[in-house]
Amino acid sequence: MLNFTKMAGLAAMAAMSAAQARAQEAVGSVADEAVAEAVTATVDKGDTTWMIVATILVLIMTVPGLALFYGGLVRAKNMLSVLMQVFVVACVMMIIWVVYGYSLALNGGGGGLDAFIGGFSRLFLAGVTPDSTVATFSEGVEIPEYIFICFQMTFFAITPAIIVGGFAERMKFSAVLLFCILWSTFVYIPIAHMVWYADGYLFAMGALDFAGGTVVHINAGIAALVGCLVLGKRIGYGKEPLPPHSLVMTMIGGSLLWVGWFGFNAGSNLEANGGTTLAVINTFVAAAGATLGWMTMEWLEKGKPSLLGVISGAVTGLVAVTPAAGLIGPMGAIVLGAIASVISFFFCTTVKNALNYDDSLDVFGIHGVAGIIGSIGTGVLVSPALGGVGVDGYTMAGQVWIQIVAVLITVVWCGVVSFILYKLVDMTIGLRVSAEKEREGLDITEHGERAYVL
Amino acid sequence: MKMIVAVIKPFKLEEVREALTAIGVQGLMVSEVKGYGRQSGHTEIYRGAEYVVNFVPKIKLELVVTDQAAPQVIDALATTAKTGKIGDGKIFVLDVEQALRVRTGEVGEEAL
Repeated sequence: MLNFTKMAGLAAMAAMSAAQARAQEAVGSVADEAVAEAVTATVDKGDTTWMIVATILVLIMTVPGLALFYGGLVRAKNMLSVLMQVFVVACVMMIIWVVYGYSLALNGGGGGLDAFIGGFSRLFLAGVTPDSTVATFSEGVEIPEYIFICFQMTFFAITPAIIVGGFAERMKFSAVLLFCILWSTFVYIPIAHMVWYADGYLFAMGALDFAGGTVVHINAGIAALVGCLVLGKRIGYGKEPLPPHSLVMTMIGGSLLWVGWFGFNAGSNLEANGGTTLAVINTFVAAAGATLGWMTMEWLEKGKPSLLGVISGAVTGLVAVTPAAGLIGPMGAIVLGAIASVISFFFCTTVKNALNYDDSLDVFGIHGVAGIIGSIGTGVLVSPALGGVGVDGYTMAGQVWIQIVAVLITVVWCGVVSFILYKLVDMTIGLRVSAEKEREGLDITEHGERAYVL
Repeated sequence: MKMIVAVIKPFKLEEVREALTAIGVQGLMVSEVKGYGRQSGHTEIYRGAEYVVNFVPKIKLELVVTDQAAPQVIDALATTAKTGKIGDGKIFVLDVEQALRVRTGEVGEEAL
């Protein structure tokens, strides 16, 4: 029997034709079914290789990409704490994923709640062998289940690691770990299930999220926003200068993010074909378009283009194209990147200062805002008239509305549950370090080390 | 003996050192400092955060010379360090009560 453990990332057109083909198989004769199955299940070495590479690329996005990107943005006395938080959170997530995360997020068996959560059929990866396979978006093309598990694992690992940027320089290490364990369980897993599992509520609605605009970026952005509001501002915010201590590190990290993002976006096609290369080119040009968009805004408004600006711009473009990577055309990707970067710029500068909240590393401004724009923009740019791949039964208004609903559900679920979890952690072990520890720096007080011994 | 403390623009250090060596100065101390006088700082912008940095990097020289040598040293320093633009720096002269060479134990002007 074909092992149809269902999907990650979606090209609705391919998914729907695959679903139709399966329906036909069910209706057709036994002989037809046998012939269909004899023709279909293949695992190609090229696809498997690509998925292994893509998985490793996403790992490098987290370690050291995200770690350095964030690390360079904090003060030297907190650099090591950021590296620790990203690295360790990622590792904790990997264990959770293979124990129960994969089972609950991307498998069935949730009974009456199947639209929102899976079951325990794959607890401790029960039943998975090197010969187990899962479906891709192409009829008859499969990949080994282990690499699908690993690929999804890297997404599960990076998402909470992104959140730590929102409360950098003031949260206890133990609280970071506890919060991330709870958050990944009660927010990431249900949302991933709803968006990427075939019977998931949002997937069934027709919501498009190719590589995780909602699941990863909006989720992380909202959780970071709630976190920075619950924790409060850093001591000295608005009064003392808190400049990045090494934009060199930030640039190195940001560049590794871009390179790794090809695994993130293009790997979400689950095989190595033309559709994958569409995700590749979109990942190139969206980042470039967004870089120039942010730079232009900054040059006009502040008078000088900055390195932090162009790196931030690139990341907003990559975030925005994440839900759209395999669904829109390259010209659409440039436009999407540029629009996302301009709006993110506005959020990270004007809005943040006006509302006076301390999102240390602009996680909401970049991941949240660009994720929302990308998710909704996907509904527009998937249109064949605008160079997209199209979707069965598409109307722009209809699809945009579905995207908006998906965004709203993600925002509300993540916002409310994150708030509850922050409060829970605060009431049990406390979220924030003491004022003296914050002044001295988390590297020494939480980890007994200094990042730089000069 | 006099201690001469001079705050100068960092790029002037090499020129000043050469000028002092030329008139016979055999040693001096240099430290990197930040400061402000009439020269204002600059603004740095990181995403939404704008910081006015009031302190400007400078180089501080400290050297101890004999009373006779002092005027010549001050003059050489002032002439070489000057650019005519704001932020050129200042020179202070202090009295030194005693000096000692650690290796030999010589005191007074012999220690210089």
